[in-house]
Amino acid sequence: MNYDTSSTTRTSVPPDIAASTQRRVRVATGEEHPATSPLSVHDMTVAYHRKPVLWDVDFDAPAGSLIGMIGPNGAGKSTLLKAALDLMPKASGRVMIFGKPYRQQRHLVGYVPQRESVDWDFPVNALDVVCMGLYRQIGWCRLVSRRHKQRAMQALEQVGMADFAKRQISQLSGGQQQRVFLARALVQDAVLYLMDEPFAGVDASTEQAIVNILQTLRTAGKTTLVVHHDLHTVREYFDYVILLNMRIVAHGPTDEVFTPDNLRKTYGGHLTLLDQAAQAIAQQGET
Amino acid sequence: MPRFKLRFWFCLVLLLTWPDSVAFAAELASIQDTYMSLPSYDTFIRVFLLKDYNTRVVMFGTMALGLAAGVTGTMMLLRKRALMGDALSHATLPGIGLAFIFMIQFGGTGKYLPGLLLGAGLSGAIGLACIMTIRRWTRLKEDAALGIVLSVFFGLGIAILGIIQKMQTGHASGLQSFIYGKTAAMLASDAQMIALVAIITVVICGLLFKELKLLCFDQLYARSQGWPILRLDAIIMALVIVVTVIGLQAVGLILMIALLVIPPAAARFWTDGLFPMTLIAAGIGAASGFTGAALSALLPRLPAGAIIVVVASVIFALSLFFGTARGIVHRLIDHMLLSRKIAQQNLLRALYERSEKTGLQPQLGISTTSSTTSTSFKRLLATRSWSPQHLRRIIRRAVNKQLVRPNRHHYYSLTGRGLANARRVVRNHRLWELYLIHHADIAPSHVDRGADELEHIIGPSMVDELLGLLAIKHPELAMPPSPHATTRAGKPHTPPGISKHT
Amino acid sequence: MNWSTLDTWIVITGILSSMSCALIGNFLVLRKMSMMGDAISHAILPGLAVAFLVSGSRGSVTMFVGAAIAGLLTALFTQWIHKFGKVEESAAMGVTFTALFAIGLILIVRGADKVDLDPGCVLFGAIELVPLDMITLLQLSLPRAVWILGSVLLINLLFTLLLYKELRLTCFDPALATTLGINAHVMHYVTMTLVAITTVASFESVGSILVIAMLIVPASCAHLLTNRYGVMLAVSMIVAAASAVLGHISAITVPTWFGFADTNTAGMMAVISGLIFTGAMLFASHQGILSKVFHRFQLSLRIACEDILGKLYRMEETTSIQPTQQYAVVMPAGKWMHRLAHANLVRAGKVLYENNTYHLTDHGRWQAKKLVRSHRLWETYVAKHFDLELDHLHESAERIEHFISQPMQQAMIEELHHVQTDPHGQKIPDEPSDHNYNSDIHEGDT
Repeated sequence: MNYDTSSTTRTSVPPDIAASTQRRVRVATGEEHPATSPLSVHDMTVAYHRKPVLWDVDFDAPAGSLIGMIGPNGAGKSTLLKAALDLMPKASGRVMIFGKPYRQQRHLVGYVPQRESVDWDFPVNALDVVCMGLYRQIGWCRLVSRRHKQRAMQALEQVGMADFAKRQISQLSGGQQQRVFLARALVQDAVLYLMDEPFAGVDASTEQAIVNILQTLRTAGKTTLVVHHDLHTVREYFDYVILLNMRIVAHGPTDEVFTPDNLRKTYGGHLTLLDQAAQAIAQQGET
Repeated sequence: MPRFKLRFWFCLVLLLTWPDSVAFAAELASIQDTYMSLPSYDTFIRVFLLKDYNTRVVMFGTMALGLAAGVTGTMMLLRKRALMGDALSHATLPGIGLAFIFMIQFGGTGKYLPGLLLGAGLSGAIGLACIMTIRRWTRLKEDAALGIVLSVFFGLGIAILGIIQKMQTGHASGLQSFIYGKTAAMLASDAQMIALVAIITVVICGLLFKELKLLCFDQLYARSQGWPILRLDAIIMALVIVVTVIGLQAVGLILMIALLVIPPAAARFWTDGLFPMTLIAAGIGAASGFTGAALSALLPRLPAGAIIVVVASVIFALSLFFGTARGIVHRLIDHMLLSRKIAQQNLLRALYERSEKTGLQPQLGISTTSSTTSTSFKRLLATRSWSPQHLRRIIRRAVNKQLVRPNRHHYYSLTGRGLANARRVVRNHRLWELYLIHHADIAPSHVDRGADELEHIIGPSMVDELLGLLAIKHPELAMPPSPHATTRAGKPHTPPGISKHT
Repeated sequence: MNWSTLDTWIVITGILSSMSCALIGNFLVLRKMSMMGDAISHAILPGLAVAFLVSGSRGSVTMFVGAAIAGLLTALFTQWIHKFGKVEESAAMGVTFTALFAIGLILIVRGADKVDLDPGCVLFGAIELVPLDMITLLQLSLPRAVWILGSVLLINLLFTLLLYKELRLTCFDPALATTLGINAHVMHYVTMTLVAITTVASFESVGSILVIAMLIVPASCAHLLTNRYGVMLAVSMIVAAASAVLGHISAITVPTWFGFADTNTAGMMAVISGLIFTGAMLFASHQGILSKVFHRFQLSLRIACEDILGKLYRMEETTSIQPTQQYAVVMPAGKWMHRLAHANLVRAGKVLYENNTYHLTDHGRWQAKKLVRSHRLWETYVAKHFDLELDHLHESAERIEHFISQPMQQAMIEELHHVQTDPHGQKIPDEPSDHNYNSDIHEGDT
């Protein structure tokens, strides 16, 4: 259903097709998308049960920045992260991590899933969870060595949780659990971090600790994309913002993009038609 | 009122049914009389010292089976697929029947065990595929998918057994034992095979321990890290099918699920770590296998499979109550200690605050006789929703710990030690209150007020800030009595700018 | 096939027990506790055994009481272990029912001398023996099993009909039901008791295996076939009855095809219900796999057709030259799908193929216009609301144009204040005048 229009340049083609063609060519040669962008998403569409939840998302994350992704519930923020990490099939488009597909760049990416996504009654302690971030480096069938455990301890110290290393994870408070997750990503020593709602349901000191870590990461030249829901703190925390509501409403440096006008567009009720269209596709596509 | 009614009805029902229940008990007793014949001491010794070759084989085999099932079952339980084993074990029956017919048709004996087990394994795998298909393609949930596969495959198995029963050649009598198990018939070769499977299971789970741990704990993260989820899942499933198939002979397909579910579930009560849990589950499985086989050797008329499961269930019940990590008794005691601690803190606080109100500024160590105001029992009772008995108990405990001193009739005051304690409690409490007042917007519901010292939860910088606020309102409390906090005392009021959340 | 009165009674017994199980099974499937059926039908064994041992006979009221208590205990123990032991619910269920089953097995073997109860019989039932035990009541001489199963079916029917909407509510939203004064817990335990009673009634005639199958399979089948609660109950009972009849017939015929004797009826009934379920899974009108696949194909075809129309329209718009076959190169969207779409369009008279050249017919143009209008309206709409470069607009519109309904177009037009051109400066076609092109009456019209 998608036209591959690359071969039509020699015929006279209507502008809307021609435009798309040009873009394709440009993407292919990569002129405008330098391979150094930590995360570039090209025209990505993601459907959930055939209902589109993300449409034509297209952005390049500037390297070394702290990026907040903001949008109302159901805007597809988490979906974007999951699709970027190949955890969900993409209907179209592609995602590049430093110019290569995610499959080849896994070691460069640290992912912090939502806290609710796991069973906190699971019989492991905080240190075990952090060690999981190293499993890929350790490799198949090999034991976690003392050196790895030390690294995990360092990560726990970084998030202020060293005292709780041996605690079973269900005995941690929500904020502490979130810090453990963060430590698991930190221990990977990645270059790009994708965090799904790390501030959801955490206490004040955890929020402060996470913010400190985010700033440390930025200082170290790493790129962090954070799904966020608290509009009050956006200006304070992030220097780059992506406003998302099924599509990208706006993206850019916080000062330029985080405007009342754009927020109204993101959260306003004008976009019911998007929902309707998604509904129509879902109905006709599924039943 | 309703509680009284309930008791009344209960008594009435009990009275009405009394003669019946007596008769019932008598009946049961008579049954016991008829059938129970305790084994002699010699048999006992013979079995438990493994003197008998047959018993030795059987006990060894069931032990290995319990061990393998315990290890595999742990992974299944944590992958939240506890009942998958039930469906899979039922799904093996048609394979057994078909393999039997197949072998008969080609001139075999039909009871060649590896052949039967191969059939069982194949049909178990088909059952698994059906479960996956139903879950993937229909709106039915996991439970229905399991139930459908379980019952339809088992029905098919029964139908095939029905055919076999009426065949001229060969009798199906041996096949029935796959349903209920026939432990006593276990041969040395069977036991060896079980042991081999157990070793393979343990080795695979050992090698892939960290991968399986990650898969069971956080599938999403595991996938994002590029671990092959499907293949790992397939390995667990394959192990389950293999263990089930070799267990068919010993405990039968209906009770096989018990060995997969009960030991891990019981092990969870004893530990909070995955590795110990796996070990304990393996141990419980092996112990139930061993003990069950021994018991059935002692009481030869009882089905061994059922005995093994009953032994496992007894271990489960014991673990449920007395497990050291999550057992009910352990948790109850924990809960009791915690509520005692809170009650004591409340008592100290009530006494302290009473002294404050009466203007007698409580001073530490000025006098050992009456450092605080004496407070009457009645007044204490009014401060909280304590019942008189409860309060009396709390006071008694506090007196025993020399925190509170009884003065005249039903008047109490703090001792020097009690005062020091009370100051700490009150200080902590007020810090909390301040914290909640000043930072109420930041998810106060996510902090567990009873569990930890404030410092552990909100971080030193914020404590400093709160201490500053506290110093303005309650100068006498700002001097924290606990040694590790004294260094902070007297610090100038930290500007609230430290926290960005106000 | 030799049919006798014996077979008639067997079938009737089968139907009665299947229908009672299927009816109560709906609530298990809807509340996502199908495995509870499996658990209870295993776990009532000790209840039965104790009842046997105490009363010394089968078929007394004691047996029902014993089963009901055992069933209730299964549900209660499961809940308790889940709640107090913090064990996952399905694992708690597994622990409970296997333990009870094992105890029951031991009791039965212990008491085997006293009462004739064979564990095999519990599993497979002895439906073939049903007509041998006739009982006369009210001058009606019917097999005992038919009396018992008939009354159980009646009880289940009464339960379902009297508590029709309450049950529906508890299945759908237990929390809401509780706030409305319907105690979901009580309902749950009553249902479980009924499951136990139904199971025990069916036990000696059809065996536990058919009980489990009939509790789960017909209801699951009905769940696939309909979205409505009442219809689901009815369909599940029909499926149950059909599996009973067909099950017995195939039990006495199918094995003979392969040169064997007949086989166990209860097992075959379970198999037939499984086959019916497979059929429902494949062919159900909305939920079926085949219909999903077919629908997906149809959709792809429609989109391919519409894409061709849109393309031709745009070419007409920009050039005076009629497009040649060249445009076939443009769209290699699945070669066979593309070819099929072409054939379809030509056959429907929307496109004319002459001298290696494709033309739109009036009908085709009418449809193409609607499509391009949708496309450009969407682009305009999106451009207004989102921060996208112009050259990014096309692709999503290309996908969404196929799904935009008339009311949505209207809404967009109004919101966009009746714009005439899209962001690329192209004219948005007017709503084409309403020729009745819905049917293909203008076939071949140029």
